[in-house]
Order: sequence, then C-alpha cells, then structure tokens
Amino acid sequence: MSSNDYTPLWQELGLDLDNHAGLLGVLSDAYRGIYLAQANRPRGMAYFDFVISEVHGLRIKEIYEAKRAGRKVVGGFCVYVPEEVVLAADGICIGLCAGAEVGTAEAERFIPRNSCALIKAFMGFKLAGLCPYVELTDLIVGETTCDGKKKAYEIFDELTGKVHVMELPHMKGPAGKRLWLGEVARFRETMEKLTGAPLTLEGLRHGVAVVNAKRRALQRLSRLREADPAPLSGLDALLVNQVSFYDDPVRFTAKTNELCDELEERVAAGVGVTAKGAPRLLVSGSPMAIPNWKVHAIVEGSGGVVVGEESCIGERNFRDLADEDFVTVEEGLMKIAERSLTIDCACFTPNDERPGNIAALCERLRADGIIHYALQFCTPYLVEAYKVETSLAGVPFLRIETDYSMEDFGQLKTRLEAFIEMLR
Amino acid sequence: MRFLGVDIGSRHIKLALVVDGALVGYTGGENSFDPLARCRELMADLPADRVMATGYGRQLLELADDVLTVTEIKAFARGAAHHFPGCRTVLDIGGQDTKVISLDETGRVRKFEMNDRCAAGTGKFIEVMAASLGWSLDEFAARAAAAADEVKLSSMCAVFAESEVVSLVARGVPREAIAAAVLRSVADRVTALAARLPLTEEIVFAGGCARNSTLAAMIEKNLGRRLLIREHAEFTGAVGAAFLARDEALRAGAELTSQTGEGVTV
Repeated sequence: MSSNDYTPLWQELGLDLDNHAGLLGVLSDAYRGIYLAQANRPRGMAYFDFVISEVHGLRIKEIYEAKRAGRKVVGGFCVYVPEEVVLAADGICIGLCAGAEVGTAEAERFIPRNSCALIKAFMGFKLAGLCPYVELTDLIVGETTCDGKKKAYEIFDELTGKVHVMELPHMKGPAGKRLWLGEVARFRETMEKLTGAPLTLEGLRHGVAVVNAKRRALQRLSRLREADPAPLSGLDALLVNQVSFYDDPVRFTAKTNELCDELEERVAAGVGVTAKGAPRLLVSGSPMAIPNWKVHAIVEGSGGVVVGEESCIGERNFRDLADEDFVTVEEGLMKIAERSLTIDCACFTPNDERPGNIAALCERLRADGIIHYALQFCTPYLVEAYKVETSLAGVPFLRIETDYSMEDFGQLKTRLEAFIEMLR
Repeated sequence: MRFLGVDIGSRHIKLALVVDGALVGYTGGENSFDPLARCRELMADLPADRVMATGYGRQLLELADDVLTVTEIKAFARGAAHHFPGCRTVLDIGGQDTKVISLDETGRVRKFEMNDRCAAGTGKFIEVMAASLGWSLDEFAARAAAAADEVKLSSMCAVFAESEVVSLVARGVPREAIAAAVLRSVADRVTALAARLPLTEEIVFAGGCARNSTLAAMIEKNLGRRLLIREHAEFTGAVGAAFLARDEALRAGAELTSQTGEGVTV
C-alpha cells in the first residue's frame, strides 16, 4: 500500500509476509472501492486516507521506534482500557486488529466456530501472523465484557504471554464500583511494574488532558453531523472514529479539529455529501473495527446517510469526559474509573441508560431511523435490541445481525435498501 | 404509457405489464445461468415505456440497462395493495427469502421481517424436500394434503432435513406424512417470523408458495387469521414494480395518455 518498504520491519516482527501482502492488497482495494470512490469528500479526510495507507507502515515504524526509545506499548479491544493511565506512564495505547475475516481456520483450532467475528478475528490475526500491532505490544489488556472474550483471553494469553485481564463488573451498584476502582488501581500497579516508575500526579493529569482533548474533538465531529445535508459521510466519520484507536492521540486530535474547521465552513455554506433531506440513519450496537465498513457502505450506496454511531467505535468512546479536577493520583484514578462507569455497554444489567441515550442522540442528530447492528453471537447486544426497540416505540427500527463475511451482502442490501425506502 | 415490472428471483423471473393504470399481462420463466439474457428474452414479449426491476437480481438490469430498481419488500407491498386495497400485512414465501411486511393505512411499508441467511422456511426448502421424495411441487402439495397422520421433522436445515427425510422413508413412514411434516416445519417457521410484527385480521399471502393450499391452510391455522390469496400470487412483486414505475412517472409529471393498451388481459 505504501511506497516505502517495511518488509524488514514486518519480518523482524514475525509476520507471515506472503499472507500479510495479500491482506494489505485486499484492504487497499476495498479502501479504493469504498472510500476513495465517494463524491465530495472534505479535504481534511486526506490525512485519514494517509493514515490508512500507512496503517501497517509508518504508524508501526513510529511505535517501533518509540519502543526502542523505552516507551511501553499497550494494546486492547475495548473502551474500558484506561488509556489515560497508559499515557500517564508515557506509554502508547492502541486498539489491536480485529475487523476482518482472517485466520478463521487457525482460530477455530482454539475457539468454537460459533464465536463472534471480533473474537475470531483477534485470534485469527495473531495466529495467522497478520497483526504488527499485537507483536509490538508489551501488554495486552483484556476485559470481562462478555463470556466469549473473557474465555478467549485465557487462550490469547497462552499464545502471547502478555494478557492482563481487568474484571469489569456487570452491575453498577456500590459493589460494582468498588470492584472497578480496585481493577483500575491494579492496572496502575501493572503499568508501574512494566515501566519501573511510579505513576505521578503530573503524568496522570497529562494523560487525562490528552484523552479528554481527543474526546472533545470527536464530540465536535459528532455535533457537526447534526447538519442537513450532512457535511461528511458516515463512512468517513466511522473511519475517523476507527483511527482514534490507532493514531498518536495528540496528532489525531489536531487533525480531527482541522477536519472540523472545514466541516464548519461546509455547514455554514450548506454544503453536504448528499442532497438535503436524504434519509438519516443512526447505527447502534456492536463496535466496528477497521476494516468493517459493510453496513455504512451499503446504507450510503443506497441513498441514505449515517449520521451517528451509538457504538464503542463512536459515541460510547467519547460521550463523557473524565473530571480533570483532582489533586492526588488516587483521586485521579477514581475520576477515570467513574467516567468509564458512565459507559452504557450492554454487558451491564440493567443497562437502562442506553435506550435514553439513544433517544437523545437520535433527536440531536435528527435521525429518521435506527439500524441496530449486532455481530452474530454477540449476545449482550443481540438481547438488548429488544429493550432498545420497545423503549423507542415510534422510531423506525431495523435489526441487523451479521459478521465480517460478504455472504449475506445481497440480503443485507435488500433489508437496508427497503428500510431506506420506508423512510423516504 | 406501458409500464413493466420485472421481478428477478433466485428461481424464477416474473414480469407484469400495466397499461394506463390497468394490469394487462403476465409472463415469466425459470431463471438460468445467464439471468440478464433471460430477462431480456422475456422482456421482448412485453415491450414497455418504463421498466422497474425488483428481486435479488434487480441490480443486473440497473447496471446493464439503466433500469430503475426497488426492493422486493416495497414491490410486494405495492403489488398486494393493488390486488387487495387496504391490506395491512403481506406474507411472501419466495425462493430464498421469506418476508412479512406491515403496511400503514396509506399502503406504505411500516415494518418488515426477513429470514436470516438460511433456507429454512423458504420455497427452496420445500423444493429440496419435494425432490428428495421424488415428487413435483404440485404433486408434493397435493400428497401432503392427503396425509392421514403426521410425523415431526426435527431439522430446520435444508441439508440435515434432507437426510432426515431419507431415513424416514427408509423406516417406512408414508411419504404423504413426510410431505405434511415438511410443510408443517415451514408453516411454524413462518409463524414465528410473522409473530414479530403486529398482525392484522387478514393477511395477504403472496409469492410462489401461496399456490400451495396445504401450506396456506397450516399457516392460517397457526396464525388464527385469514390468508388472502390471489391467483398468480407469485407475480405480486412484478405487479408491484410495474405500478411503482407508473407511480414514479406520475410523480415526475409524465404524460400518461397512451397508445392503445394491447397485451394479454388476465
């Protein structure tokens, strides 16, 4: 994908070079077909195009060099990974590869065939030697958000030897809060052991400030999508949200704000990526890791526009900020833990905040309908769809259950197109 | 003006012609390895000013001949509303997709449910089972109606159910009873799908499987509601597409006065 030759680096990281070249070829073709083919894209997306073109190149080299300079690399698959604490320890926090159907056969040697696509993919990427990020990590943070992940991390630890699992409570009462606070404190110890240095108040303030700034930029982007016509496509917005898990956070924030400056001009001038009045959809549910662009691509290829993602790659990642007002490390960790417990993940019971948050988001974004997206076998979101639908009575609602494969593309297209026809 | 609706299904291609707001002709045939050529061949029999394509193969015509397209959901809703004005629920069991559609009082689609990437509860399932019993589809339906008693088919999967059918035959279970069990499993599957929508007293049963009166009776009993079935129910999508082509032209302000409406009146 890139003009530079990263082969020696990939080789050093132990990737399967032939398969990896194949993966990048497919990714590059998909990107050209889905992203670069879009009309009327903002200039500011050029940076994100560049990031994707270097997703296994420049960014890997950057992390590799930072690691040689002594910084620690922490990877994860969930918004519960306390990024602030990683940054406080001068570490690098990245999301790991989990968005494509690769290494399925290898993964199925260890986990059931009926595992969700995301779990299968993170196992598959590692086993097939296709994820340079996982090879660069010093620590992989798992979490107990669902049974599939919880148990897969045991095997993932056997394969990588560097998994630290945080026990996420499934209820938000006082006991649950105590448990999570303890888990964040335990994570601090793990980070301190990894870096060999105690966490400082100054470091933690820095960590919180950097992550909050990133969240503010993403909030700003989300607010700009309220405009009709939408100033950027849902595909592009999804990409920015996906890149927020990979990129250097300070640079990412600056580039996202630059994009927002341009989008503000577009909104003022009434310029959009679709005609005014195009059906506006909110996608809600399971996260979509790179390069999972299927639903957005179908919706926007059928004349609709996705105006929001009620997802971990989306609103759940940035809706709430951590309180920056703390005077000790312990207090700071408490603020970080408290913020993460505002997240309305379907792993919680009850999770009554979520329908209300969706209704508010739907209203703010002036969405005409909700597409409830769940990965097949993602039980928490699949089950919760019922509560979301019934509590949002009156809002057109479409349930989608799918995975990363293209085998249901035709049927999915019929459903999504019919839903959009219904909203016109 | 002449409006043609083309429904390109997984098993059959159906066409319907509307002239001056009246449905005047049908044609259709089995799909082939070259669906586009097959479509054009069938279309030659019913020349039209405007064409609207629907069905899983609709994009073929859209890409090749720049034809307007609509999903089968909307096409079936429109077609059913033409045959049964005021209808609020439509059930369609097609070759690969089974769907239940709720309409509002103006005939617009309000909600719909579809089967998931699986042949259970579809026409294909019945077709495979009929073949494994050695009967044509029509014969299969008739024999199922004559079943003295029923057996229970435990598998919903087309592949596993086929082997189950073979073993039931080997055990000496009458083929009639097996045929009834196959239809029973489809009826139950369809009932579960329909239960996800608010159902009205009368339900329009469209699509090829509506010709199977044994299946229709089972679904009617399951749902405790009356099924409205029109002859040529399999053309409902094509009829809907033809009327949608006309609606579209009316909206665009086209002059609809036409040359004489020639065609086969049905």
